[in-house]
Amino acid sequence: MTEEIIIAGFGGQGVLSMGKILAYSGVMQNKEVSWMPSYGPEMRGGTANVTVIISDERISSPTINAFDTAIILNQQSMDKFEKTVKPGGLMIYDPNGITRHPERKDINIYAIEAADEASKLGLAKVFNMIVLGGFLKLKPLIAPEFLHKGLEKSLPARHHKLIPENEKAVEIGKGLLKPIQVLN
Amino acid sequence: MGELRLMKGNEAIAEAAIRAGCDGYFGYPITPQSEVMEYLMAEKPFERTGMVVLQAESETASINMVYGGAGTGKMVMTSSSSPGISLMQEGISYMAGAELPGLIVNVVRGGPGLGTIQPSQADYFQAVKGGGHGDYHMLVLAPASVQEMCDHVKLGFDLAFKYRTPVMILSDGAIGQMMEKVVLFDQIPRRTDEQIIEQCPWASNGRPASRDHHIITSLDLDPAGQERVNLKLQAKYKTMEENETRYEEINCEDAEYIFVAFGLAARICQKATDLARAKGIKVGLFRPITLFPFPAQEVAFIGNRVKGILVVEMNAGQMIEDVKLSVGCRVKIEHYGRFGGIIPSPDEVVRALEKQIIGG
Repeated sequence: MTEEIIIAGFGGQGVLSMGKILAYSGVMQNKEVSWMPSYGPEMRGGTANVTVIISDERISSPTINAFDTAIILNQQSMDKFEKTVKPGGLMIYDPNGITRHPERKDINIYAIEAADEASKLGLAKVFNMIVLGGFLKLKPLIAPEFLHKGLEKSLPARHHKLIPENEKAVEIGKGLLKPIQVLN
Repeated sequence: MGELRLMKGNEAIAEAAIRAGCDGYFGYPITPQSEVMEYLMAEKPFERTGMVVLQAESETASINMVYGGAGTGKMVMTSSSSPGISLMQEGISYMAGAELPGLIVNVVRGGPGLGTIQPSQADYFQAVKGGGHGDYHMLVLAPASVQEMCDHVKLGFDLAFKYRTPVMILSDGAIGQMMEKVVLFDQIPRRTDEQIIEQCPWASNGRPASRDHHIITSLDLDPAGQERVNLKLQAKYKTMEENETRYEEINCEDAEYIFVAFGLAARICQKATDLARAKGIKVGLFRPITLFPFPAQEVAFIGNRVKGILVVEMNAGQMIEDVKLSVGCRVKIEHYGRFGGIIPSPDEVVRALEKQIIGG
């Protein structure tokens, strides 16, 4: 098993930390992982993306241009990464702020209204965990106990009291997916 | 098994330095390697092992602090990225001339000049062929993973002291910034003053009445004396060539073509190898791990068995010169590169193989 994922959105949405929690949970589950962030001018311009690869085998290239899953959280990322999803692959996107919805006919597409839900629940900080929940519902790569360990490892000890809130957000996300296009 | 962590390459360098028993780090911030010193300052190794961490006023100052520390037999290091490493070249040449051990980490970014902060491999010539003045080499290690960033710190210090030479870890912005799983080795205690005196009988660390002065210098105004220094250095480099070449072969047994690549480019080529084999192209990967000494015999042995070689680098064609010198002209050898911070994708590497080697 190898899952190649791009997570892309605005800086401040928790894109990089969502990727890190996913990757660290993979480490805890004895998978091979890589986490390759954008750190260049694009990051300074306000957008952020990270490539996460989780595999049972040694990972070759940490930088790739075709993905099994794209998690897309703003319009710029939709423009840039819609075309990079492998045929038959998966896109999960938050429609909040999206003006041009995805047009691909050869991929599975789910919407997740995570930003709306997070603000409704007053849980803006765990917006990214809601999205992660949606992803894990469709691709259950990480068992809940390893996600817990991943959170423990990724968050500094002073934030460990927030782990239950993060796990709750993941559960909420699992119930929030809306199928837009599902291939047979 | 050692402690398992998810770390950035830069953080792995820093943690490995502490665990290797490093006595001092001297550096100046520059993207994309600033996490090395950031991690060290947060981790406070001065409280953990007594290791000194100092932000110098410049890269020039950093390398001269390394020179000074190394002259006393201490295990010292610096890190920087391309423009900063250029500023260190005088000090590195002096270290080579004075035969001082030390570790220099270059997390390469695109050049020339201030260039870009994105990853590149354009400092190969500088690292391998000199950079500073005079007939010298550094031993150069090229990690391709965060695990190797960690392991090469320990290996680099071992080799630096074994050969009394500056050692460079030639990495790049991607390996520095990305996170992977790392198994950390256990803490090695810093050496005591007595151990340093015993292990470094050349070091300038306080003269007892029983011996003469130890003089650390790269200056000898007598040409005959300076020629002897050079002959000694050349003999040392030859010994390194005989004993210290390191490399990795992937899918080379039945290969009709090979990629030769180091560091991040080798990881990309590994993926390209999988993609090409899925199309029925029998291609393998030869990855030099030491860039100096270059695994010349090994690449020649495999190179002369195949129909063509594509050297893939994130530069305009630098290591290809060493591949050509090693393999000779019986086999077609071409270069594929992207520069200025662009990372080639695995499928464009496959296309280059098809176009330049198989079709060409």
